[in-house]
Amino acid sequence: MFNVQIDGVWHRFPKGTRLIEACEQAGSYVPRYCYHKKLSSPGNCRMCLIEMGMPKMGPERKPELGLDGKPVINWMPRPQISCAQDVSEGMGVRTSSPLVKECQRGVMEFLLINHPLDCPICDQAGECRLQEFSVEYGTSESRFLENKVKKPKNVVLGPRVTLDDERCILCSRCIRFCQEIAKDDVLGFVDRGSYTELTAHPGKRLENNYSLNTVDICPVGALTSTDFRFKMRVWFLKETKSICTSCATGCNTIIGAREDVIYRQTPRENDHVNSCWMCDYGRLNFYYLEAENRLIEPQVRVGNKLAATDWKTAIDRAVLQLTQVGGSEIAIIASGRMTNEELWLTLQLAESLGVKLIDIVPRREPGDHILLSEDRNPNTNGARLILKSTAEPGANLLAIAEAVKSGQIKGLAVLGENPMHLGISIDQLSQLSAFVVMDILSSEATEKATVVLPACGFAEKRGSMINGKGRLQRLNRAVRPPGNARDDWEILRDLLQAVGGGDSLLSIDDVFRRIGETVPQFTGLTFSKIGDLGVHILQMEELPPTHPSDEEKIELAVAIQARRRAVRSRQT
Amino acid sequence: MAVTVPRPKLNWRERMYLPAIVAGLAITLKHFKNMLLGRTKVTMQYPEEKWDSSLPDHYRGAPALVRDSDGRVRCVACQLCEFICPPRAIKIIPGEIPSTDRFAKVEKYPEEFDIDMIRCIFCGMCEEVCPEQAIYLRKDYAITGFTRADMVHHKEKLLEIGGVMHGVVLKWNEKK
Repeated sequence: MFNVQIDGVWHRFPKGTRLIEACEQAGSYVPRYCYHKKLSSPGNCRMCLIEMGMPKMGPERKPELGLDGKPVINWMPRPQISCAQDVSEGMGVRTSSPLVKECQRGVMEFLLINHPLDCPICDQAGECRLQEFSVEYGTSESRFLENKVKKPKNVVLGPRVTLDDERCILCSRCIRFCQEIAKDDVLGFVDRGSYTELTAHPGKRLENNYSLNTVDICPVGALTSTDFRFKMRVWFLKETKSICTSCATGCNTIIGAREDVIYRQTPRENDHVNSCWMCDYGRLNFYYLEAENRLIEPQVRVGNKLAATDWKTAIDRAVLQLTQVGGSEIAIIASGRMTNEELWLTLQLAESLGVKLIDIVPRREPGDHILLSEDRNPNTNGARLILKSTAEPGANLLAIAEAVKSGQIKGLAVLGENPMHLGISIDQLSQLSAFVVMDILSSEATEKATVVLPACGFAEKRGSMINGKGRLQRLNRAVRPPGNARDDWEILRDLLQAVGGGDSLLSIDDVFRRIGETVPQFTGLTFSKIGDLGVHILQMEELPPTHPSDEEKIELAVAIQARRRAVRSRQT
Repeated sequence: MAVTVPRPKLNWRERMYLPAIVAGLAITLKHFKNMLLGRTKVTMQYPEEKWDSSLPDHYRGAPALVRDSDGRVRCVACQLCEFICPPRAIKIIPGEIPSTDRFAKVEKYPEEFDIDMIRCIFCGMCEEVCPEQAIYLRKDYAITGFTRADMVHHKEKLLEIGGVMHGVVLKWNEKK
């Protein structure tokens, strides 16, 4: 630990602390553009200039002590940058002296020489560092009368990122991000002096799966998301802390929504999961919530057609149909995209119906070694823990598919999955005497359902999930579900109650508490104890090693799924 | 904070109240005389007669969008008026100006701009907040309609009321 004097007060910081971080921890925020705590510091923006001093050494090379018993500080005559400096013993810092303020004003003036005054059309307005710091540290007027330098505008850097070079303040955060985090070194500066501009390497594009993070870290509006560009001003967005459900990593996110429409997803810092980043695939994977084929009304089969009905009728009809079929003739296909609470209720439902065949659909696609996981189900670990099957999730799937094909199964409940992806044909589905579907989007399979229960997407519900590394995290509701769609857990609870059971489950917190009674890892936890950053509840070694034959079955199920998807995409 | 207003100390003349009563009566008599001579006019025969010509410059009527002398709709859909509007009467859907357009540099324009005149309270905040000098409160005050939908001013209607504004800053020219 080092003693450091910041603005006249002595603090203690561990060795290796960046001076700029130390100042922030001490409550003296130092403005910065190029410095980002997860990236290297090139020290090129000069905004974080501070006055610094080292302890005055006596003749015997020991620090001279002042009247207060603390070292006397020898102040350096010139300002230093605080982002490229670590703390050391007896160091002194002044973050708001007249010299520092003069420096900040000067740097701001230089940065604004060529910056266009187009805040009314700039998407960064409202969360722009240049705007904020120019109010806090700059002057209100420009002294420059000369014409501003013209640079390329509206440059398409890649499929998802658009660049406005005039707004760029050359902080190089995006360049360093691509080099250090995304390992895809495509950005760089060309030309000299006032004409320096950011550009992609000739013949290359910024198209890696992490490109949109450069938009997040850009302190100004130079890099903009092509998807979000000009759609909505940021100050209108209601921000909800949630997690991404596109793969098992479970990146922490902020969902920006206004009036029940989601406009963007941005990563939220969590050093245990995703640092400050998230992949473009997960970030943009929310438009399906507004899809044309969204299910919005509960439906029951009348003759050959599905007819909209009310929730009570739909639930009663579903339970009636399922109970008419014996428990041994029912199978439940659940989903690894369901929350722990939904999976637990599914298990209760299965137990009270006497169902033995229950499994989730595995989803495997190539991952990268940054954030994107091979397992594209966000809650495989939750299914493992809660469904308590001895086999790996997905190993029973082929058995279920075979049983449906052979006609041995007469009742099928499908929760958030498409059974046709498992090789079950449309004719076999229409043979079933009970085919209950709970999903958010309609498909060929839902057309054949006897009861359709419209549910909520990830941004429309609360719940918890366990990510690939065993961390329990929370989903929060950002928008309301469309039409008459309901929370999945409520639908399952109502089904359970109609079968007989599911008493005193009035809120999702009750469900969570009941999980804690049966699953030891959940004991003592509540939604508020999970917090925004999640809790580690599973050491990954605790998981049983996958049985080789399970592995084969899962591989096969995934292969069938992939084939079905390929056929479908060829058809469309 | 409560402020205690000191009661004025009245002298004996003021305590009698007679001079004040006489002064009041004098005003009444003056009005009476003016009326007899036909000099005062209390009622304006609206709508046959209108006071449009004597409206003061600072009169706050219906808000409207203006074009500048280049014929460009000045609004760039920054949505600050939508944000500031106290009764939330304004709704804007922004769009992107195609790169082939004459004013492609401006990049953004309002695809839709609706002001619900049932909600509008004519406060003038939108005019005050506008960084582009694009929205002005004009002198139109007779805003009527048969349905709620009639009372929503769409972009075309707003531009029609607004007309062309001369003498405003042209900040989107090539030099800036």
